[in-house]
Formats: sequence, structure tokens, C-alpha cells
Amino acid sequence: MELKLNMDLGNSKKMPGLDKTKVFDLLIVGSGPAGLNAALYAKRKGLSVGLVGKKTGGQVIDTTSVENYLGFEFKTGEDLIKEFSQHVASLEVPLLKDAEVASLEKVEDWIHINLSTGEVLEARSVILATGSRPRRLGVKGEDDFLGKGVAYCAICDGPLFEGLDVIVAGGGNSAVEAAIDLAKIANSVTLVHRSQFRADQIVIDKLNTYSNVKVHLETEIIEVQGGPLMSGIVVKDKATGETRTIEANGLFVEIGYLPNSGYAKGFVQMNNKEEIIVNALNETSVPGVFAAGDVTDIPYKQIIIAASEGAKAALTANDYINRLK
Amino acid sequence: MSLLNEQLQGQLRTIFADMKNDMTLAVFTQKDGCETCEDTVSFMKEIEALSDKIHFEALDIDADQERAKAYNVKMVPSIVMLNDKKEYLGIKFNGIPAGHEINSFIPAILEVSGAGEALPESFLNQISAIKDPVNIKVFVTLSCPHCAGAVQKAHKLALESPMIDAEMVEAQTFYALSDQFNVSSVPKIVINDQYEFVGNQPLEVFLEEIAKTQSA
Repeated sequence: MELKLNMDLGNSKKMPGLDKTKVFDLLIVGSGPAGLNAALYAKRKGLSVGLVGKKTGGQVIDTTSVENYLGFEFKTGEDLIKEFSQHVASLEVPLLKDAEVASLEKVEDWIHINLSTGEVLEARSVILATGSRPRRLGVKGEDDFLGKGVAYCAICDGPLFEGLDVIVAGGGNSAVEAAIDLAKIANSVTLVHRSQFRADQIVIDKLNTYSNVKVHLETEIIEVQGGPLMSGIVVKDKATGETRTIEANGLFVEIGYLPNSGYAKGFVQMNNKEEIIVNALNETSVPGVFAAGDVTDIPYKQIIIAASEGAKAALTANDYINRLK
Repeated sequence: MSLLNEQLQGQLRTIFADMKNDMTLAVFTQKDGCETCEDTVSFMKEIEALSDKIHFEALDIDADQERAKAYNVKMVPSIVMLNDKKEYLGIKFNGIPAGHEINSFIPAILEVSGAGEALPESFLNQISAIKDPVNIKVFVTLSCPHCAGAVQKAHKLALESPMIDAEMVEAQTFYALSDQFNVSSVPKIVINDQYEFVGNQPLEVFLEEIAKTQSA
């Protein structure tokens, strides 16, 4: 059990609360890397800016280790977010915490952000940086065994599988990192992926140093079985077409992400994956509405890319506000 | 074993400067068979030293049975928070609130001292309608970043309603209990040992599940 204290300094430093009655130059929806960097850039440009967030740090918080953010050889996801949010807090950008955005509207030249509480926030421009959420396998039994073996956060739930057998679904960096973490706790880890590895060679090499890890590539998961707890999965070998069962107590799903864009449906244009379409200036189909990071159709969902897209969106928003003034 | 370095001590002192009234950390332990009791007591003493308004009280689950019963303490270590009148408001931590749980523990100290933020009125109306006793268990691991958020919500509800008793349960320390409730994803929230959901869900979800426990 790791006792080391993980203080959330973003909280203790107290980003000031957001005045809901004020009309801002720019409101940023989302407080992950894209939203935080947008806030930093916009504030430094002199805009009146506020953050509307649900989970500070976004998905990075659930990441064990980040080893590809320039300037930091190794950071836990959390520590990286601590650096980000302290930097933003030092500029006293107001933050509305635990906010759920229900929908957006353009009323004359103002953008209205309708919250799930019925409250309405108003701004001259907005940046949508609501990121993405873990994709589900979409197979039989996945929902039934959610919280009974099926899990989506390896650092959260890993400790509950000490000495047990687990499966990791996926072949990208997140999946391989999760498998490495779990290999330290679990009795055995079986990584199952339907095609070839997408992960960086450097993390695959690391995974191969663990003797309790097995890898099944070109293998598709078709069902999660058990009762009342999960007991295993049924997989299909893509080359032979044969199915077999792999017994395990847990299944960690790390197969990519879906954009959190539901609240903006019908308001801005999206592609067929429901990602918000942006141009090189991060403009959406609605003037005054910009978008950045994993929620958009830009390729490669990476922390450093989301952060830099946030910066671009803030600079475009600044130009937009200056033209209005 | 010291969990607080000088930097953290300084940060916590600043946070505790916002406390309004005194509060007590009543810590239940047991003589034998409690692996984490010693660490928990020493951690609580470290916290106590950071503010004149925080008081520490050592209790034994066997010797102080009456009080354990009054606070619904059934396992050790258990930290019960009492206000300046030594009243129990329904806020309890079972297991050491280290790791990420520091982020639910520190705000709870402020809340019990009377320095909390008020909930929106729409929630308060729903909470005041709760007439039958409610117990909320929030199972966590110390490495879970978003578990503290769920613990905070449960404790906030307890503060607002005399009928609600809310407790954090560290899943690894209380393995048998976690097993009983099939905890394999955290945070897992169990209400009156009967209704459950997984994840740091919005307060609306807590209230929906609580409503199921109320007699019509």
C-alpha cells in the first residue's frame, strides 16, 4: 500500500471561484492539458478568461507515467498536471469546478453555456476542450461485469488484483503501460490485442522484461464471462478463427478513446467519429467557438499535442476578440 | 514514520488557517491485529500539530465500546471527526487517509470546523427530505486519483443531513469487507449495504440511490 501523500495543490492554491454572472471574453470548457494551456495563453494576452471544468487534468490524471512530454523525462500523470495547474493558478484564472455542460447556444454575438444545473454562463467566445473518455470493447458481458472484474483505470483498481490473474485489452501505449504496472502487482498479466502493437518500441521492450506477462496479438475479445464475478474472456484467434477461453479475475480495457462532444451536437460540425471539426486555426463551424485537444478531429491524441492545440486556440480567440473590440 | 515533509507541513498550515472552529480527530484503534493502526495514529498526530484548532483523541474499539457504537465504528483504524461541541456529524475514515485520500481528508477537516462551501439550494431541498437513516460506504484505494472526489461528496451529504452517516473504506486494509461487497473497481459506493454504483458520479446520482432507501 503506497502511503506517500499525493496532495492536490491545484486545490490548495485555490484557483479563485468563477463569477457566474460575469460576461467573459473567453470561457474555456474543459480543464485537461488543452484547456489549461489555453487558459495560460489567453490570460497572458490580457483576455478576461475563465475555466469551466469537470475533472482537472482530464485523462492525464489516470496515467501512471508520462515519458514523452518534452522537458520531463519522467512524470506521473498527476505530477505533470500539478505543474500545469499550478502554473495556471499563479495567474489567478477563475475555475468553476465539477461543472457539467448540457448544451451551447449562440444568442446574437454571445455564446451561452447551459449547465446541467440550469445555470447559464455567458462569453464573447469559447474554447471547447472537453477531451475524451475510455472506449469500451462493446462485447457481451462487458457491462454486466463492470466493477466486477471489468475496469478502465489500472492505477485505481490495480491494487485490488494483487496476486490475481488479469487481462489487458489493447495494443497502444496506454495498454502496454497498464500491463507493466499490473505485472508488478498481479500474479499474471495477459495482453490481448486484435491487431499488431501500436505502442512505442521502448515501452514494448520494457514489457518484455516481465516474466509473468503473456502477449496475444491478432486476437479478438468476443465475450466476458463469469458469475457473479468475472471468471474469464472468450477470444478468437484471427488467423485460425478458433475460439478459446482465457481465465482471469480482471479485464483492464485500454483500447483508445471517444470524444466528449455530446453537449455540442447540432451546434458545431463534427466528423463521423463525433470529433469536432477544426481548421488549422482551431476554428469550428460557429464563429467565436473554437476547439482544441482530444475532442477535435486533429490526428494523434497526445498530451503535448493537446496542450499546444490549446495554445493555438487561445491565440485565435484573442485575435477574434480584438476584432470585436 | 513521518508522512509530512516540511513543504507539505507549510502548505497544510496555510490551508488550516482557514478553519473556523475547533475540531477533534477521534481515532479508534485496537491492541492487537491492526497492521495500520500505528501509522494512522502517528499520521493523525502529525496533522494535529499543524493547527491549534485540531485536537487528537485516542480511543480503543473495545475499551470505548459505547462511543464506538455512537459513531457506528466497526473496524480499525477508524478516524471519526467531531465538531467543536464534540458532536459526530457523520464523517468517518476507515483506514489511513494517505496517498490520494489526503484530498478528501483535509477538506473534511475544514468542513467539520465550519469552513465549508454551501451546496446549491436545489440539492438542499432534496437532502432535507431524507427521513430514514442512510449509511454511505465509499470504497477507495490510496492510488486512485478520483476516489477522493467521491468521498468528499458522501461526506458533504452527511454534513447536510442528520440522517446520513458517510464513511470512507480503504479497500486493501479492509479486504474482507471489500470482498463481501465485490469491490473490484473504485470508487465503489454502497448505500445501506444494498444499493451500489461505481465511479465518482455527480451528486444527483448519490441522491437518486439514496432516494431508493427512503420509505414512501
